[in-house]
Order: sequence, then C-alpha cells, then structure tokens
Amino acid sequence: MDLKILYFASLREALGRGEESLPLPEGVTTVGQLRAYLHARGDAWQALGEGRNVRAAVNQRMARSDDTLQGGEEVAFFPPVTGG
Amino acid sequence: MSVSVQQEDFDVGAETAALSAGRTDIGAIATFLGLVRGAEDSVRAMTLEHYPGMTEQSLAEIVTEAHQRWQLQGVRVIHRYGRLLPGERIVFVGVASPHRGEAFAACEFIMDYLKTRAPFWKREETPAGAQWVDARETDDKAAARWE
Repeated sequence: MDLKILYFASLREALGRGEESLPLPEGVTTVGQLRAYLHARGDAWQALGEGRNVRAAVNQRMARSDDTLQGGEEVAFFPPVTGG
Repeated sequence: MSVSVQQEDFDVGAETAALSAGRTDIGAIATFLGLVRGAEDSVRAMTLEHYPGMTEQSLAEIVTEAHQRWQLQGVRVIHRYGRLLPGERIVFVGVASPHRGEAFAACEFIMDYLKTRAPFWKREETPAGAQWVDARETDDKAAARWE
C-alpha cells in the first residue's frame, strides 16, 4: 500500500503541491526518516529541513518524528497550527 | 453533533440557547467568540485553511478531554474556514455546567488546546501582500499550563 502524503498551508505553497502517493521508501520506517527522504529531493524540499518548524500527523493524529510507518498510512506535514 | 467545521456563519444566540434547551439542571454557560481583527494598514482579510477529517477529529478529542476534566453538561465548538473579513466570526466555544467555575475553565481549556492542536492555518491579506501567520509561543505556553 502506498503512503498518501499531504502538505498544508505555507508548506503546500513552498512545495507547489498538496498531495502525493508513494510506496514506503527503502530504509524509511519512521516519520522523521520520511521527512529526511523528502528533504533529500533538494530545491523546494529544503522547506522540510531539520531547522524548519514542521509538524506531522499520521492517519490524522499529531505524530512525532520517531513514530513508525509501515506503508499505507496517510501522513501529513504542515507548519505549526494557527487557528482559533 | 457538538463539533462543526464550516464555511458558513453561525448564530451565537441560537447556539448558546441550544446548550440549555429543554433542561433545568444547568447553572452556567460560558461562551467564547473569536473574531477577525482587522485594520486598514494591516489585516484586510484572512483565509483559513484546514485539514478536513483531522480537524473534526482533533476538535472532538479536545471536547472529550474537557468532559474528562470537568463536570460538563454540554459543549459546542464551531470553527469556520475560508476567506473571512474583519469583524466576521471565526470560532465559537460554548460550555454548559452546573457551576461557573467549570464552565469558565473548560471554555478556556478548549480554546487553548484548539489553538495548538487543531489543524487550521491563517493567511492574512495586508497592504504589503498576503502572508501566513506564524504560530505564537504564547499559545504553546497557554496550552502547556493545563498539562
């Protein structure tokens, strides 16, 4: 099962896309590793760099970078929330 | 349904009245209403983006947590998304309980948690252009005091 990856707000704009699907990449078992994998695409993907304030959710719940992935999850990356 | 995420405006009076409709055991209702704060030289409009599905789920979890912490008789949360103009309503939180202490505390708790956990993002239109609003450290501190 492919991962469904969503991007929101300023991150969606910086990356020029809101959504993509891809198989769980080789060697990726956590949210943090997925972020590093995407970051390694370079250019606009620098927006996912370690120094950037990016939050993640897995299957629509807030996640931490060491949360595990098995493939098939819905993973979202976004800046800190600013509702209310 | 105690949680709504919608584009449409809402009626504060009707929502508040609905919290105690048909009941005589409620002693207090605390409400919070958030508005778009504007100014000619700064914010002229605001667009709220959200994460459909997760937004509703995270708000429902916050309401459940409020019920676990206080004796509450009813909770209503409404949050709008889309483009809003200064003066327009953004968010409503209404809490019914036997006594005011629980109602005030739960209302504030829900807003503090909503600000740091519900996946909404504000984009402001200003004379200098549109920009995403940065998260504020004070919001994290406000949420942390409930932990």
